[in-house]
Amino acid sequence: MVNVRPDPSFVYRICHEPRAVFGLFVLCVLTVIALTAPWLAPHDPLEQDLLYSFLPPTWYPQGEGSYLLGTDNLGRDIISRTVYGTRIALVVAVVAASLACLLGTVLGLLAGYFGGKVDLVISRVVDIWMSFPAVLLSIVLVAVIGAGLHAVIIAIVIIDWTRFCRVVRAETMVQKELDYVASGVTIGLSRIQLLLNEILPNLVPLLIVLLSMEMGIAIVVETILSFVGLSVASDTPSWGNLIQEGRQYIHQVPWLLGLPVFCLIFSVVGLNALGDGLKQVIDPVSRR
Amino acid sequence: MTTRYLLNRLLLALPTLFGVVTVVFILLRVVPGDPIAMMTGPGATPEDIQHLRAHYGLDRSLSAQFVIYLGQLAMGDLGTSISLRQDVGELILGRLPVTLELTVFAMLIAIGCGVCLAIVGSYWRSRWPEAIIDSVIGIIVAIPDFLWALAFILILGVVIPVMPIFGRLDLALEYQSYTEFYLIESALRGRFDVTGSVLWHMILPGVALALPLMAVGARVLKSSLNVEMTQDYAALAHTKGFSRLQVILKEALRNALIPAVTLTGVQLTFLIGGTVLIERIFGYPGLGNMAIDAVINRDLPLIQGIIITFAIIFILVNFLIDLINTILNPRLRDG
Repeated sequence: MVNVRPDPSFVYRICHEPRAVFGLFVLCVLTVIALTAPWLAPHDPLEQDLLYSFLPPTWYPQGEGSYLLGTDNLGRDIISRTVYGTRIALVVAVVAASLACLLGTVLGLLAGYFGGKVDLVISRVVDIWMSFPAVLLSIVLVAVIGAGLHAVIIAIVIIDWTRFCRVVRAETMVQKELDYVASGVTIGLSRIQLLLNEILPNLVPLLIVLLSMEMGIAIVVETILSFVGLSVASDTPSWGNLIQEGRQYIHQVPWLLGLPVFCLIFSVVGLNALGDGLKQVIDPVSRR
Repeated sequence: MTTRYLLNRLLLALPTLFGVVTVVFILLRVVPGDPIAMMTGPGATPEDIQHLRAHYGLDRSLSAQFVIYLGQLAMGDLGTSISLRQDVGELILGRLPVTLELTVFAMLIAIGCGVCLAIVGSYWRSRWPEAIIDSVIGIIVAIPDFLWALAFILILGVVIPVMPIFGRLDLALEYQSYTEFYLIESALRGRFDVTGSVLWHMILPGVALALPLMAVGARVLKSSLNVEMTQDYAALAHTKGFSRLQVILKEALRNALIPAVTLTGVQLTFLIGGTVLIERIFGYPGLGNMAIDAVINRDLPLIQGIIITFAIIFILVNFLIDLINTILNPRLRDG
């Protein structure tokens, strides 16, 4: 049996991989902000005050003390909206990435283990899927499903399961040939038991790496779709809506665009770094 | 048999195209929400709606609609846009040149800079220039083009307002175009003020589009150049007295291009797909911008037409990449 449990030095190795540490830090910050949004946000994100519209950040002469980074066109507090936007970003990241992982893993396991026609069909679909630009595909899908957060999540799952499927398939084909699977067959394990109890646990480290990268992708896709007006309603505080407003009023309130763009870059770079770092820690080849 | 191989590839694309057409047709027919109701508004009588349904052929059975649609497609008729009430084919042809010019411009930037980066990195292998190029590529790859575009708008459009961030042409310039290929047409007609303005407006969206392809291409090309430079023929050329740069340019580059072209082909289609968003961000009046409006307005014929246009472009691009590979790699010619 291949030892699937992380060995005792696992935590130690993560702590000594700067990218993983940075990525975990970003993930923690996002989670804390999302969970404590009601206490963290200085204002109600939906509260409008037209007397205070287009306020600049507080250090400008016209700035107002309680609106640290100013207000948008309807006098809503930019910081509060960004803070609440973190919730949507994180929900999409976790839910969409997990579901895509689930779908991709199941199909990847089937294709990799059974081979033959099953593999042929699944691999062909993956190939066709991956040759389409994701942005275009997601916009078309949302056009079909209808705008909304659920549609965005479904679209991400439908598009990005292939990322998991491809890798899981390849890895299953490798694992299938190893001795422990042969001994599993000898002691009479069923195929399902072999797949779920023996092969799947060995894929978990790989899945974690893919999952953390997928979370970054999901956040970007949600932002893109709310930017073009196909995700949550336009007054809901999401990063994409903020960016859309910021783009529209770029010459009046440039700071409206700055904060959500910064948050987005911060999360995407962080989650990418987490994936890269974990890969380094987990993968014995790149660990040298 | 080069020609036969290529013809085969082209013929193989036909089923793909048919598949795309079928899937898009079915997908868009299960859409919730009635496009006719959206276009008429609340004041319409049931007779009006019935009349419009018949006008757009929406009152027939799905299979009948599909057959009619295929027949029209074969004749090059893409139907009438519901929201803009114009011929879809004309609408697309009006926007396609805009997107094509932007795409080709971005491709040239990506390929030019990508190849240069790879050569520089490979020339100074394992020294500080390669390390810098590696980390630059790492940063570029980590951030999607959408975010680069926004970052450019913030930095070069607002903080240091040197670049235009909206549209295709200075509004002050009057220009009547016949072909919509502003760049080429204005240069040919000697209107260099227009050419300059169009180019100037293209830079930010073009660079944002080019960055991912450039980075991925440079990474792949550099590593395959590094492999080629360890081969015997490179060492031989070196002992014959060619400089390292000459060996890279004259010997290794051609062989190194083969894996690079194959691996970056998909990235090229992503660049084309990226125009949808980048055009939206920069208010660029291309096909992608129209696609998003079509989706927001639930304009089925227009969405359909645009997707089919993109599908044809992707198929042609893939074919082109095959062609380049066949030219670069003689072993494929007998395939």
